[in-house]
Amino acid sequence: MSDATIDTTKGIEGVVEDWSADKQTFGLPWGKLMMWIFLVSDTFIFSVFLISYMNARMTTTAEWPPTSEVFALEIAGQHVPLLLIAIMTFILITSSGTMAMAVKFAYEGNRKRTFQLMMFTAILGASFVAMQAFEWTKLIVDEGIRPWENPLGAAQFGAIFFLITGFHGMHVTAGVIYLLVIALRVRRGHYENKGYHIVEITGLYWHFVDLVWVFIFAFFYLW
Amino acid sequence: MSNVAIADQPDDSHHPKTFITKYVWSQDHKVIAIQYGTVAIFVGLIALVLSGLMRLQLGFPDSFSFIDPSAYYQFITMHGIIMVIYLLTALFLGGFGNYLIPLMIGARDMVFPYLNMLSFWFYLLSVLVLLASFFVPGGPSGAGWTLYPPQAILPGTPGADWGILLMLISLAIFIIAFTMGGLNYVTTVLQARAKGMTLMRMPLSVWGIFVATILGLFAFPALLVSAIMMLLDKTIGTSFFMPAIISLGEQTGYTGGSPILFQHLFWFFGHPEVYIVALPAFGMVSDVLATHARKNIFGYRQMVWAIVAIGGLSFVVWAHHMYVSGMNPYFGFFFATTTLIIAIPTAIKVYNWVLTLWKGNIHLTTPMLFAIGFIFTFTHGGLTGLFLGNVVVDLPLSDTYFVVAHFHMVMGVSPIMVLFAAIYHWFPKITGKMLHKGLGKAHFWITFLGTFAVYLPMHYLGFLGVPRRYYAMGDTDFVPASAQDLNASITVAALIVGVAQLIFIYNLILSLRKGEKSGPNPWNATTLEWQTENTPPTHGNWGEHSPVVYRWAYDYSVPNTLEDFIPQNIPDEAVAKESTTSKSRSQENGDKS
Ligand code: HEM
Ligand SMILES: [Cu+2]
Repeated sequence: MSDATIDTTKGIEGVVEDWSADKQTFGLPWGKLMMWIFLVSDTFIFSVFLISYMNARMTTTAEWPPTSEVFALEIAGQHVPLLLIAIMTFILITSSGTMAMAVKFAYEGNRKRTFQLMMFTAILGASFVAMQAFEWTKLIVDEGIRPWENPLGAAQFGAIFFLITGFHGMHVTAGVIYLLVIALRVRRGHYENKGYHIVEITGLYWHFVDLVWVFIFAFFYLW
Repeated sequence: MSNVAIADQPDDSHHPKTFITKYVWSQDHKVIAIQYGTVAIFVGLIALVLSGLMRLQLGFPDSFSFIDPSAYYQFITMHGIIMVIYLLTALFLGGFGNYLIPLMIGARDMVFPYLNMLSFWFYLLSVLVLLASFFVPGGPSGAGWTLYPPQAILPGTPGADWGILLMLISLAIFIIAFTMGGLNYVTTVLQARAKGMTLMRMPLSVWGIFVATILGLFAFPALLVSAIMMLLDKTIGTSFFMPAIISLGEQTGYTGGSPILFQHLFWFFGHPEVYIVALPAFGMVSDVLATHARKNIFGYRQMVWAIVAIGGLSFVVWAHHMYVSGMNPYFGFFFATTTLIIAIPTAIKVYNWVLTLWKGNIHLTTPMLFAIGFIFTFTHGGLTGLFLGNVVVDLPLSDTYFVVAHFHMVMGVSPIMVLFAAIYHWFPKITGKMLHKGLGKAHFWITFLGTFAVYLPMHYLGFLGVPRRYYAMGDTDFVPASAQDLNASITVAALIVGVAQLIFIYNLILSLRKGEKSGPNPWNATTLEWQTENTPPTHGNWGEHSPVVYRWAYDYSVPNTLEDFIPQNIPDEAVAKESTTSKSRSQENGDKS
């Protein structure tokens, strides 16, 4: 056990050797690895939220309200289920696309484009939050749903809906602020020497928030 | 470039200049470690005093008017939560994790020192919020450290107004602090190791801390979420955990929530939490044992894989805390099985510690005494765990003093033993002074024998059926009157153990001021932290050159070498062989330091 070199044997052994070698375990910048680990931890938070939601929905004593009606929009007398959510989901997924492009331009050193795309991503994110606020208002004002009571059925519906979408909305809001800060710094040329990994790190966070939304969408609106 | 190994990064950029940046707003992992450690030991002493007060009531009921039933429950709750989270978790990870990781893997600091600093200040804030609950109307929460709803937030439970709020907020802040520190520890271990320090050459201390931190990052989310939901139940009247319930003769507004969901979430955190404090202890005790027995650790790879396996398994055993909760009986079958499986890697570790001692050249120094003491207390607590892991055996024992005895042995006393071992072992590196030997040994013997005097009789009380969390037994038919004598004797022992900790505090202060100089490597240990240029190590740890690692951490008593240890940073060529007597390695070392 005393030689400084490691022979990289093949197969599983090789993988283990390689992984535990004295170089960095992952070929990633520190910040990026740390973001990944944080996101895994955050995944646990959202999973616990969603599992609690499923548990509540299955065990609660009162009826769960009919989601396709609660989440419908009334347009020109027409009852359109899921319209708002479809738009919100579309916006968020589009923002993932613009973010991915921002990362590409960042690595190409195109500061202007990066800045623009990040700003655009932030605007999409902000409009998502705005629509969420609209939906909340509708539920609260029109339908009379509160965290502690719900005229349409189980009280847990309002509680857990506001809690999870609120928590996700906070993530999006934080993401928007994060994007703005980094975008402004990119424009100022703050990262010329350090390299543009930070844009990708921001992107990781942003994609994560989008991905979580897909799950929330599926479990709340489609179930 | 942020992905250059820290060892290669220029280090002269920001050495702290003023007193404030050096010792208060410090970003140096060693200072942060000491800050964490000091605060943790301070709150730990509060928890110790609380346990003394509880014991006074149990041993001599009705003699102390200031301990009424409410106060007793508040003491239990604060004692439990402080011990588990604010003392053990903080001291192992925030304290020793911070101190040892960079030094043991040959890094100059944590990868993100600023975040690391924030971690400490958030921890301090969480402690202050928690302690503030002693001064609010109604006092701290009396819900028990498990904080089960519905009772935790209903009137009638002490502290149901303010205490529980502060408790939950403090926990949330603690989790934020832990996350900031934890991300740092994990990334540092993965990315910032010195040249030659492969994962499989890391000392077991680092392995234990590393895996425990990962457990924390995955387990604390469950506590965070349940704290948030309970806060909402309490403040705005949601019913996540609250069923329709009548409280003090009145129907509450709650309806349809699930108290058992809280139990699941709590224990999904709570069981890994046991290993969050146990795994660092496992790792550190391995290093202490190997060093003071002058022998390589037996089965290093097994030890590593056992740590990893225990860490993984610890996420699938949580409901063994809930056999009496009324959950589906099939769950009991599943969780009993996983619980017994986890005993296997744990037993492997115990065998390997014992085998490390076998034919070793054992030096009964103070740290070694505590480490050997740990093997006893841990084996003891582990064996009673086998009882409690089986559903049918657990049912009559659940919520009795048998459980209290079990968890104190396995996760109270045992980690504390390792903490003492670790403090006696690493104090010379941290301060440059040796701790006083005689005082240390007195401290050990009183603590070690005392814990058995305290906890052995509790097992018997448990068999008699004495329930846990009872303020007083009153007239209970099935408990013989002699149980009270036993309780009184336990209290006397507990008070002696408690007071004996003053010896330790006195020893710390005395040695800090007048202790004998330790030199860089008083135990002749192999790991990197003992090879630093300065003792205590200065900012940046390694002076100009980062160490290069040539061997694993346990080259003790290697045959045909002159000395009985070879530090990790000594290349083969430089090892003094038995035949080449002219050139001893210690002289070389002398030139260097
Ligand atoms: C001299 C040392 C200690 C003494 C005398 C002591 C004593 C006690 C007593 C009397 C209780 C209450 C039992 C009951 O009425 O049900 C208790 C509960 C507890 N103790 Fe300790 N303890 C000590 C150290 C520790 C340590 C180091 C830990 C760290 C894990 C710890 C963790 C707990 C926990 C988690 C509870 C349960 C609290 C609850 O039921 O909510 N104790 N202890
Ligand atoms: Cu457990």
